[in-house]
Amino acid sequence: MQSKLSSLFDAFLPVIATLAALAVGAVMLLFLKVNPLEAYAALWDGAFGSANSFAETLVKATPLLLVALGICISFRGDVINIGGEGQMIIGAVLATWVGLTLTGLPGWLAITLAMLAGFLGGAVWGGIPGILKAYFRVNEILSTVMMNAIAVQLMNFLLRGPMIDPSQAELASKIPQTARLLDIFHLPRLAPTRLHLGALIAVVLAILVYILLWRTTAGYRIRAVGQNPNASRYAGIKVPRYVVLALLLSGAFAGLAGAVQVYGVNYRMITDGSSSGFTGSAGFNGIVAALFGQLHPIWSIPASILFGALLVGANKMQRVVQVPSALITVLNGLVVIFVVSSEIWRRRRQRRRLAAAPVEESPPEEDQPNVQTKEANQ
Amino acid sequence: MITDLLSTTVLIGILASGVRLATPYLYAAIGETFSQKSGVLNLGVEGQMLIGCFAAFYVALTTGNLWLGLLVAILVGALMGLAMAFVTVNLHAQQGISGIGFYLFGLGMSELLFQRLMGTVETVRGFPKIEIPVLIGIPFIGEILFNQNILVYGAYLLVPLAWFILNKTTLGLKISSVGENPDAADSLGVSVARVRYFTITLGGVLSSVAGASLSIALLNVFQQNMTSGLGFIAVALVYFGAWRPFGVLAGALLFSMVNSLQLWVQVLNIPIPSDIAVMMPYVLTILVLVATVSRVRAPSALTRPFEREE
Repeated sequence: MQSKLSSLFDAFLPVIATLAALAVGAVMLLFLKVNPLEAYAALWDGAFGSANSFAETLVKATPLLLVALGICISFRGDVINIGGEGQMIIGAVLATWVGLTLTGLPGWLAITLAMLAGFLGGAVWGGIPGILKAYFRVNEILSTVMMNAIAVQLMNFLLRGPMIDPSQAELASKIPQTARLLDIFHLPRLAPTRLHLGALIAVVLAILVYILLWRTTAGYRIRAVGQNPNASRYAGIKVPRYVVLALLLSGAFAGLAGAVQVYGVNYRMITDGSSSGFTGSAGFNGIVAALFGQLHPIWSIPASILFGALLVGANKMQRVVQVPSALITVLNGLVVIFVVSSEIWRRRRQRRRLAAAPVEESPPEEDQPNVQTKEANQ
Repeated sequence: MITDLLSTTVLIGILASGVRLATPYLYAAIGETFSQKSGVLNLGVEGQMLIGCFAAFYVALTTGNLWLGLLVAILVGALMGLAMAFVTVNLHAQQGISGIGFYLFGLGMSELLFQRLMGTVETVRGFPKIEIPVLIGIPFIGEILFNQNILVYGAYLLVPLAWFILNKTTLGLKISSVGENPDAADSLGVSVARVRYFTITLGGVLSSVAGASLSIALLNVFQQNMTSGLGFIAVALVYFGAWRPFGVLAGALLFSMVNSLQLWVQVLNIPIPSDIAVMMPYVLTILVLVATVSRVRAPSALTRPFEREE
């Protein structure tokens, strides 16, 4: 009975962490001489106040969820992928190129090919750091960060040169953007709002990723490598191969997020020179959403909606009480810090449960689940 | 055009700005070296830099006192470092992830404060260049090395200082033992927690100073997200330098020299697309990581929280 209560408490840890972050946010709002209740009311209203605003929340949640699904895979495999931004960009570039090149195709076919291109682009951009980690021992955190910077410059170069909108190329302004996709290539809308098919695709994929991780050999091996690479090696698993696979899949989902963003929302690519100009930092915020969903693909769905809501609501909050939307970035950071910090209580209770169990069932000291040591092998 | 690039004045320009541009990398990466040597990966460097960058700039702008700006950056950096240390040492949080949290926190906080307190981009008059007497007279080298501002000199003095502390003092020995084998260190009476608190806080201070060096000594402005990935590169430089201060120095110089060359290529209108040129330092960093990292071993306890066996 008690263990049931305590595992319920575990499930609510992220919620408690969020409430703590909001509380800190409230203190900050007081310092900014803004009534926190008023600010949070505006936030809520902006995110859920009407059918339209809720649809906007879901539109924002879609790329977050797709990135988060990839993060679930890679973090479970003990691979820290910080390259979501770059992978989104490369996926989007490739998908856009498909749509602008294959203009003769029927809509459904072009969209399918474009989504595949996005998936592929992200897979390549994630696969490179994967290979570097698995076979050259280059820390993936560093290589993915570098790959982000490279992707941004590649995008800027392509959008200013080879892929520039022909009509912009003739103008003096030369806005760095591609031509607009044909109308028949847009992802269909699901309601008389901006909500598009991408949201549905993301939810279906969440289920597929769940199946992948817990119902297939490949998924089992990815998780085994993440839990204990040495034991996996002894068990005959080719560890490097699954490190590459984890990063490659992780990148692929981010790449798809980029493609969906172009085909569902913007209908073209445009750059302001930075990565967040295109991604809206979804490559980072997706990590936050995945962690919040405890690296579980299904739980990542509500988590993404929550963070989508924060982003959409932040705009309204900015308009109503003049608080810069950067406050939401701060809150996201605090949520991450609080969630990882609160893990200690979960582990403590886990240990107490193990200690309370009958002696013959208690595993030897070294075998105790020890989440922190997971990333010790750099 | 190629001859333009090779003329002496241009060469001096490239090298001098390369020396200057290495400054923020040096502060941040030396700080990170200390924390990694003690077994702690601090990925929040970028966030700490942004906060220091803003704090120093804002104080310098409103009070007109650069030293006060630097001091405030140091204090704010220490606070950020202490917070990171608490989360890492006491709460055993997974370091790669809590670092992302601190990065987002710093990114958002610096932007929030910037928009709320300033709103528009302004400039300050940063630390002036100081010519070192006598040494400035050395042909060629004098112009490159000895006509810089105080924070640049500070960064280069930090390197041998860090080397000395890490290799020749008891403190340095404690730091490496905590990073290599915390259990053994603990049983010999070294306080793992205290050593890590020290290194993480020092890392926070130096990251913050790195940010300050951008906003009140090198570029003398503050913009949103103005470090744009610099802090992450600093972390990469620690691996690159194989956890040795002089290795970090070599990496920082290589990176900033390529960067400076790339800027001059643009200034001189050499027909390489600027976006591609900007990309080069990052490509180079990956390549060098491939070439070097596989040969060196990281501190054994890196990213492992310490818990005394009961």
